[in-house]
Amino acid sequence: MPARKSQTRKSVAQMTGAAVILKALQDQDVDVVFGYPGGAVLPIYDELFKTNAVRHILVRHEQAAVHAAEGYARSTGKTGVVLVTSGPGATNAVTGLTDALMDSIPVVCLTGQVPTHLIGNDAFQEADTTGITRPCTKHNYLVKHSEDLADVMHEAFYVAANGRPGPVVIDLPKDILFADAPYFSPKNVRPCAYKPQVKGDRGSLERAVELIANAKRPIFYGGGGLINSGPRASELFTEFVRLTGYPATLTLMGLGALPASDRHFLGMLGMHGTYEANLAMHNADVMVNIGARFDDRVTGRLDAFSPKAAKIHVDIDPSSINKNVYVDLPIIGDAETVLEEMLQIWKEKGCRTDGAALAEWWDHIDVWRDRKCLSFTQKEKIIKPQYAIKRLFEMTRDRDVYITTEVGQHQMWAAQYFGFEEPHRWMTSGGLGTMGYGLPSAMGAQAADPGSPVIDIAGEASFLMNMQELSTISQYKLPVKAFIVNNQWMGMVRQWQELIHGGRYSESYTDSLPDFIGLAEAFGGVGLIAECVDDLDRVINEMINTDNFVLADIRVAQEENCFPMIPSGAAHYEMLMGPEDRAGHKTSDQGLVLV
Amino acid sequence: MSSDNGQSECPHIIAVLVDNEPGVLARVIGLFSGRGYNIESLTVSEVDVARGLSRITVVTSGTEMVIEQIKAQLGRLVPVHDVHDLTIEGPHLERELALIKIKNSGDSRIEALRLADMFRARAIDSTLESFVFELTGSPRKINAFIDLMVALGEIEVCRGGVVSIARGAKLDMPMSVDVSR
Ligand SMILES: Cc1ncc(C[n+]2csc(CCOP(=O)(O)OP(=O)(O)O)c2C)c(N)n1
Ligand SMILES: [Mg+2]
Repeated sequence: MPARKSQTRKSVAQMTGAAVILKALQDQDVDVVFGYPGGAVLPIYDELFKTNAVRHILVRHEQAAVHAAEGYARSTGKTGVVLVTSGPGATNAVTGLTDALMDSIPVVCLTGQVPTHLIGNDAFQEADTTGITRPCTKHNYLVKHSEDLADVMHEAFYVAANGRPGPVVIDLPKDILFADAPYFSPKNVRPCAYKPQVKGDRGSLERAVELIANAKRPIFYGGGGLINSGPRASELFTEFVRLTGYPATLTLMGLGALPASDRHFLGMLGMHGTYEANLAMHNADVMVNIGARFDDRVTGRLDAFSPKAAKIHVDIDPSSINKNVYVDLPIIGDAETVLEEMLQIWKEKGCRTDGAALAEWWDHIDVWRDRKCLSFTQKEKIIKPQYAIKRLFEMTRDRDVYITTEVGQHQMWAAQYFGFEEPHRWMTSGGLGTMGYGLPSAMGAQAADPGSPVIDIAGEASFLMNMQELSTISQYKLPVKAFIVNNQWMGMVRQWQELIHGGRYSESYTDSLPDFIGLAEAFGGVGLIAECVDDLDRVINEMINTDNFVLADIRVAQEENCFPMIPSGAAHYEMLMGPEDRAGHKTSDQGLVLV
Repeated sequence: MSSDNGQSECPHIIAVLVDNEPGVLARVIGLFSGRGYNIESLTVSEVDVARGLSRITVVTSGTEMVIEQIKAQLGRLVPVHDVHDLTIEGPHLERELALIKIKNSGDSRIEALRLADMFRARAIDSTLESFVFELTGSPRKINAFIDLMVALGEIEVCRGGVVSIARGAKLDMPMSVDVSR
């Protein structure tokens, strides 16, 4: 394959490949790179050292580098950048890349590669990185000619952030890093075929607005696309919800797009969503999905999902349309642009809602709300996990906190009991469900904003999966707080075993846990423990007022289950509300095979 | 609202214009295998040297919803410029090249030659006990020819896969004018 034609353009200067990379990072406004060195990327590390132009955070495992870049990206709205070596460096990054792909997070990951003449020879630390990462990236590049390097660097940033965002890998053979290469500035790069549609089709938007205005039992359903589109999309979404007075629900990825305190907010929907959100979804006559993808955690049994609703689906990715759920009115476009135009049409046409129908709809919803599906009682000394998270929320309300999570029950409780008033404050691994996501992701968010509290709401089992990052956290004095909801079980696994596998708790007990106080101290941080309810507020207070990083070991009731729950293969109206519902429920055969 | 269950599957010919770069075919094939779609036939070749573009023709089958998914998934690949579903976009031509070797003797040999003539297959290689026929036509015509040859001897088949283009004057994916040509 010949080098791409670049003769007709004037390059800024000729320099080494490694210098081109550093220059491109600067021109892309990159202020931090999460990385780990190795033979194949030494020229880039040398350039980092010589220019001192970009801040580098040395992680302790490449998976964590990608999660940190994700945390950085999700909290700032910018693209996260990763730098890892060839072979094991690249393969270690694969989980993070897959995670970023599933949750549509913009990340550019530079991987080292053996020199071009050795590719395919099973050279030391060679891996077919572009082959391995093809299905887990939005796009990837192998740079075989140094003339292409500047273009590829800039294009990667463009592709990662535009359209539906995602991770992009650039595989860099070592000889390319030493070779002479022209530098082109971002304004002077070759054109790229990738041009996502941003503006919605006018006719469809008009029909959508009409459908929305005439709805009797409407519901707004917002997802991660609202967050990815930028804070303005959340503002417009909130405006639309308030203007219409319609109820709204958000997916796990969308939390924060509408203030949790807004009276129109019904809470999260889906498998562990609220009773009112799921029932409103089930009974709606018009559904307005903006930036959500009808994930199976949300829909439950597909043929019973919101059966009566005329469905409007706004998504920037055409492949999200009609993938799982057939929709009546698809609109391809960016959430912000589409919402702006919909609101404009609404105002131009002087649309009005059907007040009487809406009042009746809210009456129904209020009855469902009165079930108070998230209520629990904290009577005994032992801390209920729900209570721990509720208190954490209440006690940090006056601060601009960023929350990350690991994966499991604690994650769902965090989504249920921690209210988000703004977008970009909530970072959780939704699509892939990656245990070990929370700590490095918190690290990335903290690196972006050293002054704000960043708290990883963790499960003890997940925490162990990337705890080596305590060393990174310590080195860079990142005052991350790990709020470990310690039930001594892989709680979510235990819950499924209890509900579906006859209480046979196969390998789900987290034995031999470390002394978390000792662990924190070993890395130079502060360890705290709350063993009963009376300790909780004091520990939370101390945690948030400590300048150092903190591990807070919150000992909670071990056998608490996460409710409400729509069992696999069940419909939204078949929700389990609590332990008392369990007896009557039997998972269907189709449900058993689902995850 | 209605779901896709119970809809019939039918074959579609999809033309995809892509950057001719390493890995692009792997990307397209990986999309099909990773998401569980069928590939019934696939051809690829560079068609626009000046712009470095290749045209991929995929024959796939699925319900309407699956076919729409396939097109949307193809469309969002970064090196993909354009996607056309020739099957639904109107009348189109479908051609395939096949090389068919037949080993036989006696009357069967004469019959094979006679049938080849009827099908306008050319004998492009022969020995005293074999022929290689070259045949171009619709996949259906090639199938019919192969079925006849099977009855007349031992055969080996190599097929090029379907290539297809819309009928009429409209250019779906026009080639650039390359002055250096
Ligand atoms: C990397 C990875 N491995 C396995 C799983 C499956 N899994 C989901 S939740 C869970 C248990 C998590 O336990 P813990 O972190 O203690 O959280 P809890 O559910 O107890 O709150 C497991 C093993 C996963 N999500 N990710
Ligand atoms: Mg646990």
